[in-house]
Amino acid sequence: MSKRIDVKDLNVYYGDFLAVEDVSINIEAKSVTAFIGPSGCGKSTFLRTLNRMHEVLPGARVEGEVLMDGDNLYGPGVDPVTVRSQIGMVFQRPNPFPTMSIRDNVLAGVKLNNKKISKGEADVLVERSLQSANLWNEVKDRLEKPGSGLSGGQQQRLCIARAIAVEPQVILMDEPCSALDPISTLAIEDLINDLKDQYTVVIVTHNMQQAARVSEKTAFFNIAGTGKPGKLIEYGNTQTIFNNPNVKATEDYVSGRFG
Amino acid sequence: MSSTLTPVRSKRSALTKGQLPKYAPYVVLGLALIVGAAILALIGFNAFGWGIVSAILFAAGLVGWSAAVEGSRKAKDKLATCLVVGSFLIALLPLISVIWTVLVNGVPGLIAPGFLTSSMNGVTGVYDNKAVEEGAPVIGGIYHALLGTIQITLVATLISVPVGLLSAIYLVEYGHDGRLARAITFFVDVMTGIPSIVAGLFAAAFFFAVVGPGTKTGAVAAVALSVLMIPVVVRSSEEMLKIVPNELREAAYALGVRKWRTILKVVIPTAISGIASGVTLAIARVIGETAPILVTAGFATSINNNVFGGWMASLPTFIYTQILNPTSPANPDPSSQRAWGAALVLIILVMVLNLGARLVARTFAPKTGR
Repeated sequence: MSKRIDVKDLNVYYGDFLAVEDVSINIEAKSVTAFIGPSGCGKSTFLRTLNRMHEVLPGARVEGEVLMDGDNLYGPGVDPVTVRSQIGMVFQRPNPFPTMSIRDNVLAGVKLNNKKISKGEADVLVERSLQSANLWNEVKDRLEKPGSGLSGGQQQRLCIARAIAVEPQVILMDEPCSALDPISTLAIEDLINDLKDQYTVVIVTHNMQQAARVSEKTAFFNIAGTGKPGKLIEYGNTQTIFNNPNVKATEDYVSGRFG
Repeated sequence: MSSTLTPVRSKRSALTKGQLPKYAPYVVLGLALIVGAAILALIGFNAFGWGIVSAILFAAGLVGWSAAVEGSRKAKDKLATCLVVGSFLIALLPLISVIWTVLVNGVPGLIAPGFLTSSMNGVTGVYDNKAVEEGAPVIGGIYHALLGTIQITLVATLISVPVGLLSAIYLVEYGHDGRLARAITFFVDVMTGIPSIVAGLFAAAFFFAVVGPGTKTGAVAAVALSVLMIPVVVRSSEEMLKIVPNELREAAYALGVRKWRTILKVVIPTAISGIASGVTLAIARVIGETAPILVTAGFATSINNNVFGGWMASLPTFIYTQILNPTSPANPDPSSQRAWGAALVLIILVMVLNLGARLVARTFAPKTGR
């Protein structure tokens, strides 16, 4: 239940502005890949092109190919909705639906699409998703309470459970821990470790220790200056990127000597 | 440790010196009232003048005393407080005055037997003359007008809410601030400023042209009212949809939910409390309109349950005709009693709608709690 992603010569534009230039990267199935780099270097923008979420912003477009197990996400006639149901996403700020209970939040992907699901099946899906998100024990007695009543870390795990419940092939995470305290961050990192047995995980992070802890491969993005496009500088095994990078800029960044 | 504790000063602290005592405002107020009454007694006493003179004396006295004891910063603070509270009281004055007048004049009409349950059908000047000359009870009521107001407003709401809400959804979710969206926003703003009589004339002329000359029914009035309501609904719904966080839309898109389903199942439920209270306030805004109903629904004295046929009464037009053309020109008092009663009912209706809007907002608000 996981697929690999291959990106070939991808350019991302906002209107006429080239935001990310010429990225080619191969993301292995059932692995954790981390994107690191300074703010504004285009790593979140690039992440959002992997499930066509950047199209939500007016004027955003893409040149190049993104292949999921060989199928081009940007091929003619491909419905972005189909893409997104296979490639889930977790955002920087926890965003459970405020009008829904914890249970309904987990079932959101099913219910909002009006798929028929029996109560028994729904119960199984809710328990399985919350178990996978390490949240079941904390919320099993209050599934009917609103999701917004949970703590920030619990809300983020609820959002991960919600993303898992639609059974995606790939899970994209855009700085999922940047709004959380160290303990909640640890809980999410443990969760990412568990998830890679079943899913392909791609995570954007500003925290280099986090990238070193959770990922097998790391991609370093950088930007030459304001108004210039972001570029993929180096991509390789996390060990190599952090201990023995090929490019000077990568070494400067991971050792904190940047800028 | 060999530190000595400073004894607590029981009487006066160095930190609180140079302050007016707590009772200062009350003392100044009392003095201002007494002196104000004395000044007014010299030039002829009246309650309104007493209030104004006392307020000025109070402000001057308190600010002056504060300046002498506390210094200029505190005095400026007191002056600003006096101005703010004074403006608030002035703003409140007309409201209280209106409610008081309508209550005093309206209650006798409201408690007259059959006021809410009978129409003006068959009530002629003869009965009113009898009521004044022989002390018979005032008969006739507002049942037909109340019914008309409710029906016309209901139909107007049924027209305005879908049109207004869908326009707002277009503006926020699909318009992308393009040329059409900006044009709609501009015309909605223009429509907000349309005088209500013009809306009435538009509806009347429209139905004259489409259905036939002289078409005056509740439905025509409803169209006129919805011309007034739609911009209010568009504006309030638009604001409410705008404040739904974009993150919620993105969360739904990321789950593979289509845009229209996201709007229907995530955006609108999140904003529904604001939309509902906006709609209720829009209803409250048009329920008291007189001019557009006069030219579109005419005036009736009997019950009409059909919005699509025949003239129809409403509370505002009832008040208007009762005052302008009393049922008995020789004895207009019963008519004006009925008009005040109807005015009281109208104000109560608007108040109930406003309370309803708050209730609706609270019921639909996103749930919090653990």
